[in-house]
Amino acid sequence: MPLATSSLPASGRRASDTSRPTVFAHARVIDPARGLDAIGSVIVAEGRIIAAGPEVLNQGAPEGWEIVDCAGKIVAPGLVDMRVFVGEPGHEHRETLASASRAAAAGGVTTIITMPDTDPVIDDPALVDFVMRRARDTARVRVHPMAALTRGLNGAETVEIGLLKESGAVAFTDGRKSVSSALVMRRALRYGRDFGALIVHHVEEETLAGAGVVTEGEFASRLGLAGIPREAEIIMLERDMRLVALTGGRYHAAQISTSDSVEIIRAAKARGLDVTAAVSVAHLSLNEMDIGTYRSFLKLSPPLRHEDDRLAMVQGVADGTIDIVVSSHDPQDVEMKRQPFAESGSGAVGLETLLPAAMRLVHNGDLTWLQLFSVLAMNPARRLGLDVGTLSPGAQADLIVVDPEVAWILDRATLQSRSKNTPFENARFSGRVLRTLVGGETVFEG
Amino acid sequence: MAKIEPVGGPVYPLDFPQKHLLGIEGLSAADITALLDRAEGEILVSRQVEKKKNVLRGRTQINIFFEASTRTQSSFEIAGKRLGADVMNMSVASSSVKKGETLIDTAQTLNAMRPDILVVRHHAAGAVHLLARKVSCSVINAGDGAHEHPTQALLDALTIRRHKGPLHDLTIAICGDVLHSRVARSNIILLNTMGARVRVIGPSTLMPKGIERMGTEVFTSMKDGLKGADIVMMLRLQRERMAGSFVPSVREYFRYWGLDQEKLSYAKPDALVMHPGPMNRGVEIDPEVADGPQSLIAEQVEMGVAVRMAVLEALAEHLPND
Repeated sequence: MPLATSSLPASGRRASDTSRPTVFAHARVIDPARGLDAIGSVIVAEGRIIAAGPEVLNQGAPEGWEIVDCAGKIVAPGLVDMRVFVGEPGHEHRETLASASRAAAAGGVTTIITMPDTDPVIDDPALVDFVMRRARDTARVRVHPMAALTRGLNGAETVEIGLLKESGAVAFTDGRKSVSSALVMRRALRYGRDFGALIVHHVEEETLAGAGVVTEGEFASRLGLAGIPREAEIIMLERDMRLVALTGGRYHAAQISTSDSVEIIRAAKARGLDVTAAVSVAHLSLNEMDIGTYRSFLKLSPPLRHEDDRLAMVQGVADGTIDIVVSSHDPQDVEMKRQPFAESGSGAVGLETLLPAAMRLVHNGDLTWLQLFSVLAMNPARRLGLDVGTLSPGAQADLIVVDPEVAWILDRATLQSRSKNTPFENARFSGRVLRTLVGGETVFEG
Repeated sequence: MAKIEPVGGPVYPLDFPQKHLLGIEGLSAADITALLDRAEGEILVSRQVEKKKNVLRGRTQINIFFEASTRTQSSFEIAGKRLGADVMNMSVASSSVKKGETLIDTAQTLNAMRPDILVVRHHAAGAVHLLARKVSCSVINAGDGAHEHPTQALLDALTIRRHKGPLHDLTIAICGDVLHSRVARSNIILLNTMGARVRVIGPSTLMPKGIERMGTEVFTSMKDGLKGADIVMMLRLQRERMAGSFVPSVREYFRYWGLDQEKLSYAKPDALVMHPGPMNRGVEIDPEVADGPQSLIAEQVEMGVAVRMAVLEALAEHLPND
C-alpha cells in the first residue's frame, strides 16, 4: 500500500535548526502503536522521532541538545482528525485552510482530513491538487483531502476513484450527504475495492429523517421540533453492511450515534467485514437535553441523542467497536446560526475542543490514555494509510505536549477558528495542549 | 410600628412574576388563575360602550407576525388599543426577512425603535425565545411553530371556566392533528397544571412521540376517547398533511376523526365543543356541530380579547417607569 506522501507545510512554523536534536524529558510518553505508557523521554531530530520511551536517556543527553523538561506532562502522537469541514474553496469567510490549521495546531491536531463538500466540490484530480497546494502554502499542519464519492455530490455518478486516489485523495465520501441509491453505493464499494479505496459514508436514510432537526422523542415533542428517528441511521447502516458483505469493499461509517449502530458495527466486524466507525466527540460528551431552549450551536447532524445512546457510544469506544473519534469540525457563519433552531445551519466547530472534551473520558475512568490516543491518532492514521499517529523511532515527529490536569473554561472568543459556533461555550475542561509539533517543528505553543 | 393591612386587600392578590409570556410552560396554577381572574374584569370593559382603559397609555406595542394570522393579530391589536397603547402591526412576509436578514437582525432593528411590548408569531419553534433574548422590552408569544401558543390556552381555559367552573374536575379531549399543533401543547401543559384530565385523540401518525409522558391519555378512536368528556377541543387539520402521508384523504379523516353529532353523542350530554379557528368545516368538524347549541367557538373569540388584555396589563406592571 502506498503511503500518502504529505507535503510538509511551510508557514506559521517557528524557524529552528532541525538538525539539532530536541529531547522532551521526564514526560509520560504514550505511544499506542507500541502499547507504551511510561515515564521517559522523546528525542526528535531532523523532523523524525529518534527514540521514545523510558530508557532512551540513560546515559544523559550529549552536549548541544535542547532539553525540554516535561515533568508532569504527557507527550503523545499528534491527533489525526478524520472529519473536518473547511470553507476553502468557496466559503472562505467560514474557514480557510490556514485558519483551520491554526485551530488544529492549538488543539493538538497535527493532521486534518478535509471533506469534499466545498464550492466547487472536490471531485476532480485538479481540485485535490488545489487543496494540497493551498495547504502546503498556507497550513501549518498536515492536510489530506477526502474526495467526493459522486460527482458534485449528486448521488448518481461515481467519481474517478483511481485518478483521484493517485492525486492524493485519502478516501471517498459525499460529506454531509448520504448516498441514497443502494445501486450507486454497491458499485462504488465494488469498484473502489479494485483500488483499495476507503468509502466513507454519512449514514442517514434521508426520506425517514425528513425535515427533522433533533432526535425524535419526548424532548423533541416538548419543544415542538420535528424529530429524526434513530432508525434513520440504523436502517442506512444496516443497508451498508449488506452492501459491504456483497462487494467486499472497504467501508467507514463517518459518524454513528445510536446504541443499535454500535451493535451493527460489532456484528459486521465479527463477520470479518472490512468496516470501521467513528463517533464525534460531541456525541460522546453531550445529549439532546443540552440543546436546552433552542441553542442552535448544538444543532448537529446526526442530532444529539438520548443519554442512553451517549453512554453506548462511550462504551463502544471503550470496548474497541468504535475505532475513531472525530471533531466533525464544521464552521458555520453567524448568518447560519442566528436563526431559529429549525432554520439554522447544522454543525459545530471542534478542532480545538476535540482533545479537551475527549480527555474527560480518561478523567472519568471510561478510557485509558493508550485507548484515547489510539482512537484520536493511531487508528485514523492506520485506517487512512498515513505514516503518522505514532512515536515509533523513524516516524514523523508529529507530537504534542499536554498538561493533563490544568483546569480551564472555554471562551469562544479565544478560538482560533474563523467561526465560533462551539457547543462547548463556557464548558469546564481539565487538560490542554501546551505545544504542538509537526515534522519536528513547533506550530503551536500555549 | 404595626404593619397596616390594605382594606379589602389588593384586587389581584397574585402578582404575575414574568417579564415575558413565552409559553404556558413555567407558569404555576396561581399565575394562571391570576391571569384568568384579571381577564374576567377585562370582559366587562369590552362589553361597555366606553371600551377604553389607560394602563398602557404612552406605551408602544408592536405586533410582528412572521406568519399570516387574521384573528390572533386583530385580537392583540384590539386588546392593546383598549388598554390605551399605540399599536403597530408588522407583517413580515413581505419585508426584509425575505431579503436574508437574520431574525436577530430584525429583533435588534425593532428594539432600536424602543417598543414596550412585542407580540410575536413565527413559523419556527423557539423563534420567539430567540428574539426575547435579544430585545429589552417584554415579549408575548403569539404562536411559535409547533411549540406554544399561550394566549390561546389561556382563552380556552377562561371559556371553559366560565361554563364548567374550576378546571380540576374536568375531562378534556383534544382531537386531531396534535403533532403539528402549538395550541394542543399549550393546552396540555395548562390543563395539567390546573389538574384537569387530558385526553388526546387522533390517528397515530398525527401524535407526537412521547405524548403519553406529557400528561395525556392517548386514544385513536373518537368513540373511546370522547366517553365521559366534558369538553371536546377540535384542532385544525392543514390540507397539506395529505401530501405528507399523515392521512390519506379528507373523507377518510372526516369519517373517523371529524366531529359530527354522532361522535359528539359519546361525550357527556352537556359536553361543549371548542375550536381555535380557523375551522375547516367538513374536515375536522361538521358544520352542524360547529354552529350548534353545544359550540363555544364564537365565545372563544371574545375571551381571546379579554385574555390578551389581561396579559398585556400584567406584563405592563413590570415595565420600567423612568
